[in-house]
Amino acid sequence: MKTNKFYFVSCFPAFLLLISSSLADPIVIGSKKFTESYVLGEIAKRTLNDAGIPVEHRQGMGGTIIVWQALRGAQIDAYPEYTGTIVEEILKDQQLHSAAAIRNALSKFGVGMTGPLGFNNTYALIMRRDRAQKLGIRTISDLQKHPELKIGLTHEFLARQDGWQPLAARYRLSPQSVIGIDHALGYAALQNGSINVKDAYSTDAKIAEYDLVVLEDDVGFFPKYEAVFLFRTSMRKDAIAGLRKLEGTLDEARMIQLNAEAERTKNYTRAANLYFRDDVESATSAGESFPHKLARWTLRHLQLAGFSLLLAIIVGIPLGIFASRGGVVGHAILGFASIVQTIPALALLALLVPLPFFGISARTAIAALFLYGLLPIVRNTASGLQDIPRSLRESAIALGLTPATRLWRIYLPMSSRSILSGIKTSAIINVGTATLAALIGAGGLGEPILSGLNLNDHVTILQGAIPAALLALIVQWSFDLLDRVLIPKGLRL
Amino acid sequence: MSALVQLISVRKGYDGAPALHPTNLSIERGKTTVLIGPSGCGKSTLLRIIIGLIAPDSGTTDFDGSQITPANIDMLRRRIGYVIQEGGLFPHLTARVNILLMARHLGKTDAEMHPRLSELCELTRFSENLLARYPLELSGGQRQRVSLMRALMLSPELLLLDEPLGALDPLVRASLQKDLKEIFGRLQQTALLVTHDLAEAAYFGDTIVLMNEGRIVQQGSIVDLRERPASDFVSEFINAQRSVALA
Ligand SMILES: Nc1ncnc2c1ncn2[C@@H]1O[C@H](COP(=O)(O)OP(=O)(O)OP(=O)(O)O)[C@@H](O)[C@H]1O
Ligand SMILES: [Mg+2]
Repeated sequence: MKTNKFYFVSCFPAFLLLISSSLADPIVIGSKKFTESYVLGEIAKRTLNDAGIPVEHRQGMGGTIIVWQALRGAQIDAYPEYTGTIVEEILKDQQLHSAAAIRNALSKFGVGMTGPLGFNNTYALIMRRDRAQKLGIRTISDLQKHPELKIGLTHEFLARQDGWQPLAARYRLSPQSVIGIDHALGYAALQNGSINVKDAYSTDAKIAEYDLVVLEDDVGFFPKYEAVFLFRTSMRKDAIAGLRKLEGTLDEARMIQLNAEAERTKNYTRAANLYFRDDVESATSAGESFPHKLARWTLRHLQLAGFSLLLAIIVGIPLGIFASRGGVVGHAILGFASIVQTIPALALLALLVPLPFFGISARTAIAALFLYGLLPIVRNTASGLQDIPRSLRESAIALGLTPATRLWRIYLPMSSRSILSGIKTSAIINVGTATLAALIGAGGLGEPILSGLNLNDHVTILQGAIPAALLALIVQWSFDLLDRVLIPKGLRL
Repeated sequence: MSALVQLISVRKGYDGAPALHPTNLSIERGKTTVLIGPSGCGKSTLLRIIIGLIAPDSGTTDFDGSQITPANIDMLRRRIGYVIQEGGLFPHLTARVNILLMARHLGKTDAEMHPRLSELCELTRFSENLLARYPLELSGGQRQRVSLMRALMLSPELLLLDEPLGALDPLVRASLQKDLKEIFGRLQQTALLVTHDLAEAAYFGDTIVLMNEGRIVQQGSIVDLRERPASDFVSEFINAQRSVALA
């Protein structure tokens, strides 16, 4: 949560202009661009709404600086924040320890702060519950007695000023093994016992999903990041009172559940609504019916694979025609397409995401699938054309047909079998690879596979894997049928 | 002035190795000229230069009084028919479409071309029922008849045939030889035919052109070649063929 605060600083002047033009009646709640902030914003919105106050929620406006500036500039009236962030990034005064001191400092900006909502979102060390119970570990200090435990930490936590080094010094920990491991992979490593202790944010949804325990920070090493609402002191009094009603109502366990629900459903309103309900457990199973979800995933999957395939055909066949002529350009085209193919699909996605036009979107998935589907089409088009016997090429020329007619009426139809089989290969690759699109939030049948992997839930994995496999088979069959329509009869004898 | 095609000092080499030394050749109108010679002596090369599939390194080729250039070759190709050993039929098109391909390309309707097609079928003794078949559904002899129809479709002034009967069994070959000769006679067709076989050359040739290692070594009637060989190679070539025929 502390890592993405500055990401959106650069692109928001236009947005600020936009919202400053609509300062009218409703209370405007802002939120930062990460799950927990969205959810808190939605909870505030509903709370005030229920009190009969008109509210608007501007979701995911950006990082700390953006949202803070929006509050000071009266473009928003309130937003959820963390005490640690207020001290270190907004007021930049580490001497402010008490809530009163912080309130006092904020009041100079015309900003007020509610009491803590009840949870502290900070770094934490976590363990598997069974392991911790067996060893009798409850606090970080308890780790001193178990240097044999393998510690796996995110690279960021290993490097941070308030991370591993000072923590180990403060707690006098000297474990035998400390390794750096990716955050998501770390959860899997924790599950299978390759590591025993890892770092996490204390309200990380995974903690609930995997039933992990948070070790108590018994010497108070980690700074407090208690959630509060900041608001303009000029905001209407009933709205301030409404926000203050949220104080002390959200503990870590509850916030973890809400975050998990939000991440699972991508529906922040529904996650927020959970807050107002008592039967939190049953709510997680509510929602879309399975056939409906399946239809949505499959449709999306076909859109991703189909659209990228179409692009690959439109671009790949002309490239294949050029490539068939050999020479430097021909070799360059085939070489480029082959190199793209050797990049692992995951890496290709990762390479595209930081590019300006792409980012986390279906566009990126389609672009990656398109690049992936290119090689089989280019190569088969080129080889199909090159395989036409010289005698037939010369017959076509000797007849006096123009180059365009030769290509369209003779060469391409004669290569149709090879070209179609290239397209078929691409289609099957794309249907399979499109499952990875879920990694960058583009949806499709990878969605249940991914969440199944995260939850270690085989049924959910199969809900995506079986339809994806069936889809590949159907694609294969349809192309076999298509062969009979598109390949000229004279070539099928 | 009855030469339809005139090659003047035409020369062609591949990667420095000469395939055709500077060569002069006239092809008379209304006559069948036969090119004969051992494998690799440059017969196909000469034909391909005339139809513009390869460009000579030097020399010129005149067709009907005008020099063949890259600019006019497409127009000239429509006045030349070209038949090769394997027929060169396009496998994805039926016999009918293969034959009509160029006519369609020039905007003629099938209805317009129908009488011509029937006429050709009769001429080449090819059953019209077979026109709907694909090349792979035809025998080698039938394919060569279709290939011949395709070449004759637009009534070309010149017919180039590169071993058109080379891949056929002797019986089919004999019957096609007979038909071809009859067609040439009926159409007063100017033709340049390549063969390996001296008997075939003698059967067709008004003029026989004997080539060896990229050069024309002798040109004349079969009697000229037999009675007045220009070199030892000529007698050797003729005797070798004779002994094969006797064996
Ligand atoms: N594309 C090419 N590249 C290199 N050399 C070639 C090429 N085409 C022909 N040649 C060479 O040119 C020479 C003449 O070939 P050409 O095809 O004209 O012979 P040919 O008389 O038709 O022989 P055949 O009776 O076997 O068909 C041969 O030595 C051949 O190897
Ligand atoms: Mg030859």
